[in-house]
Amino acid sequence: MTNGATQGFSQKAFNQALRKYYSFYTGGFIAFVIVLGIAEQLGMPNRWIGYAFLFATILLYAGIGIMSRTADVAEYYVAGRRVPAMFNGMATGADWMSAASFIAMAGGLYLGGYDGLAFVMGWTGGYCLVALFLAPYLRKFGQFTIPDFLGARYGGHIPRTVGILAAILCSFTYVVAQIYGVGLITTRFTGVDFQVGVFLGLAGILVCSFLGGMRAVTWTQVAQYIILIIAYLIPLTMLGIRHLNFPVPHLAYGYALERVTEREKVLTNDPKEKEVRDIFKKRADEADAKIKALPASYAEEKAKLEKNLADLRAANADPAKIKAAEDALKTFPPTPEDAKKRWEAEKAAALARTAPPRPHATPFPGKDEKARDIARKNFLALIFCLMVGTAALPHILMRYYTTPSVREARISVTWSLFFIFLLYFSAPTLAVLVKYEMYNFIVGSKFSELPRWVANWSAVDRALLNITDVNGDGIVQLAEISIGQDIIVLATPEIANLPYVISGLVAAGGLAAALSTADGLLLTIANALSHDLYYKMINPQASTKTRLSVAKGLLLVVAVLAASVAAQKPADILFLVSAAFSLAAAGFFPALVLGIFWKRANKWGATLGMLAGVGITFYYMCITQPWLRSVFGVKGTIAENTWWDISPISAGIFGVPLGFLVIIVVSLLTPAPDRETQDLVDHVRYPVLKGDIDTRGT
Amino acid sequence: MAIQLTEKHREYWRKNLTVTAILLVIWFVVTFVIGYFAIPLSEITFMGWPIPFYMGAQGSLIIYVVIIWFYASYMNKLDQEYGVAEEEEE
Repeated sequence: MTNGATQGFSQKAFNQALRKYYSFYTGGFIAFVIVLGIAEQLGMPNRWIGYAFLFATILLYAGIGIMSRTADVAEYYVAGRRVPAMFNGMATGADWMSAASFIAMAGGLYLGGYDGLAFVMGWTGGYCLVALFLAPYLRKFGQFTIPDFLGARYGGHIPRTVGILAAILCSFTYVVAQIYGVGLITTRFTGVDFQVGVFLGLAGILVCSFLGGMRAVTWTQVAQYIILIIAYLIPLTMLGIRHLNFPVPHLAYGYALERVTEREKVLTNDPKEKEVRDIFKKRADEADAKIKALPASYAEEKAKLEKNLADLRAANADPAKIKAAEDALKTFPPTPEDAKKRWEAEKAAALARTAPPRPHATPFPGKDEKARDIARKNFLALIFCLMVGTAALPHILMRYYTTPSVREARISVTWSLFFIFLLYFSAPTLAVLVKYEMYNFIVGSKFSELPRWVANWSAVDRALLNITDVNGDGIVQLAEISIGQDIIVLATPEIANLPYVISGLVAAGGLAAALSTADGLLLTIANALSHDLYYKMINPQASTKTRLSVAKGLLLVVAVLAASVAAQKPADILFLVSAAFSLAAAGFFPALVLGIFWKRANKWGATLGMLAGVGITFYYMCITQPWLRSVFGVKGTIAENTWWDISPISAGIFGVPLGFLVIIVVSLLTPAPDRETQDLVDHVRYPVLKGDIDTRGT
Repeated sequence: MAIQLTEKHREYWRKNLTVTAILLVIWFVVTFVIGYFAIPLSEITFMGWPIPFYMGAQGSLIIYVVIIWFYASYMNKLDQEYGVAEEEEE
């Protein structure tokens, strides 16, 4: 596709051709799913269906990637600036929605209730800021990257360099998380090793972007969007029919929410539920007693296990029991220090299960007025950071360079948010419907009569789903269920009694979401290095051929580097992703917006503003986030270090205002930018001007 | 040749700023004001949803899409009126 000649090229014919291609494509994909469905009925094993989805979709992306190969710089960096608004919207949707949005979000809402909606609003409302403050102006500017704009507007290499560093800082952590997600999905559906899964996924990512840069990524992202949205909506529709007798559950799940709220009240006061919660309370107390009695308790516990094993052996007990006792002794912590860590984890896990069910529809539940107030403050701060961060992530802003005009860029943001909205207003629906299912059909049923999906998923991973008869009454209590957030989306097809082919489809959707986001991010990092660092700063005389070779080489290096980090399964990956939003918000948003809306903003203001914004955000994270605290050896407790009880994930709430403030104050203290720069500002403000300058990148 | 701005251009920019400000206020109210008063507003329900829950899960999102759509069509018309519109791509 898109092998359109640049000479005599007609945008209209191109749009029509695109519509035709992607209609055929969508029809073909649905036919493929139906054929697999029939094959399943005829006895095709589940594993094969998983393979079929995995390899068919990756081959498809590779096909598009190869057809979109290019040797033209504008094609490589901005897809030739002729992606129509609607298609750019789909590509942005896929670029935006990551593995976390697709797989984990509904689960997060299941566990978090109202408070989880901060993510839903934050990750959509940010597009208002993109539309109002950035997209049309960046399109008029029309170069290749975000540091490009900073370099041109604020003059010189210093702002550009700060921009490059900020772009890499927030994109790299994010891309590691995506590749990690690709590895998990590949592993789950094909049974290969995690490390192998990561590098398989890496191959899938590179086939989309290596030969054709932005052009190839754009057209594969459109294809990936279509797959991921079909995969998300089909199981949800089926679940809607099952519970509400209505195929668009979004419009009617208020009633399901009402029923959930009623059940919560019953379950909170149910004596059997209380009994289970008391058992967990006792377990927590026991763990606590052991921790307090350290180091004496360490030897005692170990002796207990040893004695137990000796007794069993002496009594010639069941070999399975002896084996279990041996394992318990083998996995016993090697030092009292490790024992403390393990018992503290056990205590925390037990304590978490002593609470009554969290009321789903109630905002900021908390034990007292103060706790509720802190929850509300953090809810609002998180929304703010996610929104401003959305409007500052370079891989999203870059997409608006690819439309044919300013006019199309504006329309394109509407399409982007519309396509994102389709998934984001489905996630809360799914969360409520699954909760409805759980509270009404699973809780209160007999252990012997649990549906098959419960056993299947418990067998896959106890962290995903674990239902144990804690009080031994043979009946499932809510407090006996522990759930990991990924299960909600993964198990929906089985909960709705759909054939396995739909589970395969969901996996393909998750893979599409992770691959598309990873591609956009990789391209952002590689372009910041190849275009901004190499071409603009090191070797401006480089030929087109050299520039593209460098770009592709760097893409490969960055991809392999990110995959190697992902293969280590880094801790706190989720925190790093959320941190990317706060960092991007504080680093880019003030400098970009003031660059367009305030002519007086100058080089020193922008440079120091960006550094101050990122600096304070990062500093606040370091003093309040457990993992970063241990890395930097921070003193003082978390509670002492927080400012107004804001959690580290929302550190941008301090960075963004400080960034604005520093830019304004420093700009006013230093000379105004020259005439040329002021002309640049006028240039981006008006789609067409008499005597206009041309800033398009070549 | 330097860029020359006429009074008409300045008026275009003022109108742009006005519509941007109005839409931003709507965005702020829908997100932060409703979020701030979520506890008292939860007393009111609509088809089973407490109002803040509905807004967070669906209502605000629809309003965001409408805000962006309105801005795009308003500005694209304004471009025509003030003679700063791009030529239609052939």
